[in-house]
Amino acid sequence: MSQFVFLYREATTPTPEELAARMAKCLVWFNELEKNGHLVQYGHPLNRTDGRVVRKADVTDGPYSETKDIVIGFSVIEAKDFEQAVALAAACPLVEAGCAIEVRPVLVL
Amino acid sequence: MQPDATLYRRERARLIAALARVFGARQLALAEDVVQETLARAFEVWTYSGVPEHYSALLMTAAKNRALDELRRQRTARKFAPVIERALESEWTLRPAIEELFLPAALRDDELRMMFTACHPDLPVQAQVALVLNILCGFAAADIARAQLASQAAVEKRIARAKKLLATSPRQFELTESDFIPRLDAVQRVLYVLFSEGYHGASDAVVREELCREAMRLVRLLLDHAPAATPATHALAALMYLLAARLPGRLNELGELVALTQQDRSRWDGQLAAEGLSLLERATTGTEVTRYHVEAAIAGLHASATRMEETRWDEIVKLYDLALRIAPSPVLALNRAMAVAELRGPASGLRALDEIEGTERLAGYPFYPAARGELELRSGHPELARACFTEALKLARNEGERVFVTHRLAACSGA
Repeated sequence: MSQFVFLYREATTPTPEELAARMAKCLVWFNELEKNGHLVQYGHPLNRTDGRVVRKADVTDGPYSETKDIVIGFSVIEAKDFEQAVALAAACPLVEAGCAIEVRPVLVL
Repeated sequence: MQPDATLYRRERARLIAALARVFGARQLALAEDVVQETLARAFEVWTYSGVPEHYSALLMTAAKNRALDELRRQRTARKFAPVIERALESEWTLRPAIEELFLPAALRDDELRMMFTACHPDLPVQAQVALVLNILCGFAAADIARAQLASQAAVEKRIARAKKLLATSPRQFELTESDFIPRLDAVQRVLYVLFSEGYHGASDAVVREELCREAMRLVRLLLDHAPAATPATHALAALMYLLAARLPGRLNELGELVALTQQDRSRWDGQLAAEGLSLLERATTGTEVTRYHVEAAIAGLHASATRMEETRWDEIVKLYDLALRIAPSPVLALNRAMAVAELRGPASGLRALDEIEGTERLAGYPFYPAARGELELRSGHPELARACFTEALKLARNEGERVFVTHRLAACSGA
């Protein structure tokens, strides 16, 4: 079994109605992950509108991203392999709602 | 616990009413913004942690804290409610003043106050209804457009104009007798229209039941506040309960509209009917007889007839006569004509239909030709009936009405 970090990314800001609707679906998805032993950490949502990027030279206002979508949250998931982790991510209602999920394996020695 | 759409709409309404009190009705837009942010944040956090048990209280606290931030940030830039303006002079007084506004008793009054604020005498009734639907019931413009048979753009404009008018009102509405009593009529009328749009309206069934439920929730708010709980308010509530009791019978298993005389009365909601009748009893304590009294009395007679044959059509016709004297309306006259037909036969009913004043106001109303068709059919004139139903079919405003009329058209061939 390996651990993966799911980084949720989104380009647009949904309305509270949309957030409420997707929340209900996400809770079902999280429950399912937990029941099947895939959930290591729920993780946290991140503030979309505020952030700082710290570099040696300076500190700039963020949220900072190479692409136009912003990381809106993260979770830690356990899966058999990369393929299963990707399949779990694909079933996330956030994907259906237009978000992107970056699946990154946790590096182990 | 997973909040559904209804719950979401109500939380939003409750928060807006509370914050409008804090910021003043003139800062309604600011209240809406803060509520929007509060809800967005809450749903984002709850996506990970689940909805907490006391979510309602948590939302209110979060909104309160955001309101405080907003007040501090904008203390010099904007004008707020008078009580807040004074408190803003010192941080020592600000927090206690806000805490007081968020006490349970104060919160209970906020929605009531908002309802009276929305029924501003300078606003047309449709705008008042749209505002109540938007702010107090939390409906989006698209839903309101379906309920009011208007385009979304028209409804958005209607609401924006209404909010602008409220924003320029010299002072905010207070729950004192002098403000309260003159506006009670307008509030009752708006709730009546709101319920009627749900009950008789042309939008789809799901929206309509929600409208009825919201109207009943708001009329209960009125009943809970002594100065608003007049006999007329009781009568209005009675009317809503008695009509709502019939809702389960209005559609058959296929979801098709069923005429009152054909309904399976065992499907009516006995408890709602009983509550309606008891409200009606409490409505008759004064000397005043309003249109709500008369219409509730008619609905009461229908509710009390467990079989169609037991209906007291003589009493019902008399009540319709009274209703038309209090508030003439072509739709009421149409219903009267159908009652006359039940009492004295279809020919009398047709004559009563002929006499309806303001028939031009019924142009476009599919139930007018449908009623004619029904009575022609009963008089043994299937060809005349067919012409009427064909006209009604052209006017039908939704699938339910189309199916209903199509069935009646088929009956013309069977006769």
